Amino acid sequence: MEKNKNFILGIYDDEDILLSAIKKVRQSGVKIQEVYSPFPVHGIDEALGYKRTRLPIAAFMFGMLGCTLALTMQIWMSGADWPMIIGGKDFVSLPPFVPVTFELTVLLSALGMVATFMIVSDLKPYKKPRLMDIRITDDKHVMAIDLANNELEKEDIKKIVKETSAEEINDKNF
Amino acid sequence: MAYTTEVKEERYTFTPKAKKNLMVIGIVGVVFTVLGTILALGSGGHTEESHALVGGMDSKELTASIDEGTHGEGDNHAEDGGHHHGSAPWLKRLFSNLWINNVYFAGLGIIGLFFVAIQYAAQAGWSAGMKRIPLAMAHWLPFAGILMIISWFVVNHDVFHWTHASLYVPIEEGGDKIIQGKASLWYWPLEMGTFPIFYVVRMVVFFALWYLFFLWIKREMLAEDLDGDKSHWYKARKYSAIFLVIFAVTSSISAWDWVMSVDPHWFSTMFGWYMFASWWVNGLAVITLIVVMLKEKGYLKVVNSNHLHDIGKFVFGFSVFWTYIWFSQFMLIYYANIPEETVYFIQRLDSQYKGVFFVNLILNFFLPFLLLMTRDAKRHMSMLKVVCPIVIGGHFIDFYLMITPGVMQNDGGFGFMEIGMFMIFAVAFLFVTLSNLEKSPLYARNHPMLGESLHHHI
Repeated sequence: MEKNKNFILGIYDDEDILLSAIKKVRQSGVKIQEVYSPFPVHGIDEALGYKRTRLPIAAFMFGMLGCTLALTMQIWMSGADWPMIIGGKDFVSLPPFVPVTFELTVLLSALGMVATFMIVSDLKPYKKPRLMDIRITDDKHVMAIDLANNELEKEDIKKIVKETSAEEINDKNF
Repeated sequence: MAYTTEVKEERYTFTPKAKKNLMVIGIVGVVFTVLGTILALGSGGHTEESHALVGGMDSKELTASIDEGTHGEGDNHAEDGGHHHGSAPWLKRLFSNLWINNVYFAGLGIIGLFFVAIQYAAQAGWSAGMKRIPLAMAHWLPFAGILMIISWFVVNHDVFHWTHASLYVPIEEGGDKIIQGKASLWYWPLEMGTFPIFYVVRMVVFFALWYLFFLWIKREMLAEDLDGDKSHWYKARKYSAIFLVIFAVTSSISAWDWVMSVDPHWFSTMFGWYMFASWWVNGLAVITLIVVMLKEKGYLKVVNSNHLHDIGKFVFGFSVFWTYIWFSQFMLIYYANIPEETVYFIQRLDSQYKGVFFVNLILNFFLPFLLLMTRDAKRHMSMLKVVCPIVIGGHFIDFYLMITPGVMQNDGGFGFMEIGMFMIFAVAFLFVTLSNLEKSPLYARNHPMLGESLHHHI
């Protein structure tokens, strides 16, 4: 894991103030690492300038994989490995394969999407979360600014955050 | 964020230019229909040859062999192989088209009301700004009802094989056992083979019920504009909930009556759902297309890409739902392989309808599924404008496949007549819809959920 990360935390009480603060901070050229909120805040993605998630692409890929796997499995099983006559149908007849193909497509795209999400967000069992401030699980919004990502001096950044009417400004080191 | 709900009243004007354009399309439709009829008259000689064209076992022979199997000896009905008696092929094709369009457009009318009703029953807020469009579509209902009842008396012997009195003589004298078993569905309480009073009364009652609930819901929706009283919303929700229960039953029964009974020897327990799914996704596509057209003309400022996204999801989702129902019907019949059931698909797959059969799947499943899959496709009018006409045309083909092979056997075709008659009905439907859209404001400015709709964000 990365060591010695230094953050400046701006702590906010109200989501409207938070939203305008995000805009002001970004306008003054400070890069925000992450904003933590106890509940979903509408419009926060746009304010932070986040790119849209590419998770649907992963879902589509995993879906295609599931579809291919299911068809290959069934065609191989009933066409090559162990052909059986069922109801006078061809060994490889597509309509009966459709339900299994559909289910595996859905299953793999769902599981694959969850797995992708967990890997991308670095979530895993027994991971000790890096909690910026315990109050983000209760009633405060926290804006975290990574000093390593910014060229401005620490005091200048603190001044900019101060101007956005943050309740508190704290340092946090991991 | 300011949560104001004040919006300016907006009214649609059905311009003389739009009327003129519709008239032109209507005239082209008439020309096409006449042209198609003449072409069908000219090709009368080919029809006998076409029977022999289908390789292996002709679907007609198959029907006949099933009939023999189930009816036993002395069944003179089997001699004509379940083939309908009476009119010349061109006239039957005309009648078949008349019936397809009746059912198809009646569906658009009733889906307009159904859409409004589920919005009320689900207490949906997002659609508050666009509910007047399905309401305007539902104005087609009385016309659809009258047209359908008249058409039924015109087409009956040619489209509905079961209306022939000769089927209801004792089995030994050539009666049809399967059809006699179903006769009470149409003739009760009269003698079978006389006048199908139960059937006709059912048709009248269904349209009357739908129209009645339409009038009640419309009354509350328009009264809300005047005094802004919330009680109108609650009343509209009450009527909607009752209507939905009635619609659940009537939509299924109308599917059996109006479409499934075209193939009276065959039955499918999925059919009610199947026709509903077809009606519903088609209605959604028409609503979406009208919304997009209005927005392009500068109307409906309360509808933005978030609302388009939702209604686009509806079209996408129910295209898949239609496919699910279609496949559920097809797969079970295919897998069980019982001759009484497979005859329906043999008629459609092992004949000249084979191409149309696969085009149906491509237009109604593959294209909407792939084209509307991404988020952007649903949010942009340019893509919706491509997909909705595909779905609308695709479901016309779906209804064509439900009805024509049953009526025409191997004499059917797809050409000017089909397209022309569809255009005539479409123009009539749009005329009724748009002239009623003009009569009331484009959205309910006193709708209790208009504010929610204005701030809808997904």
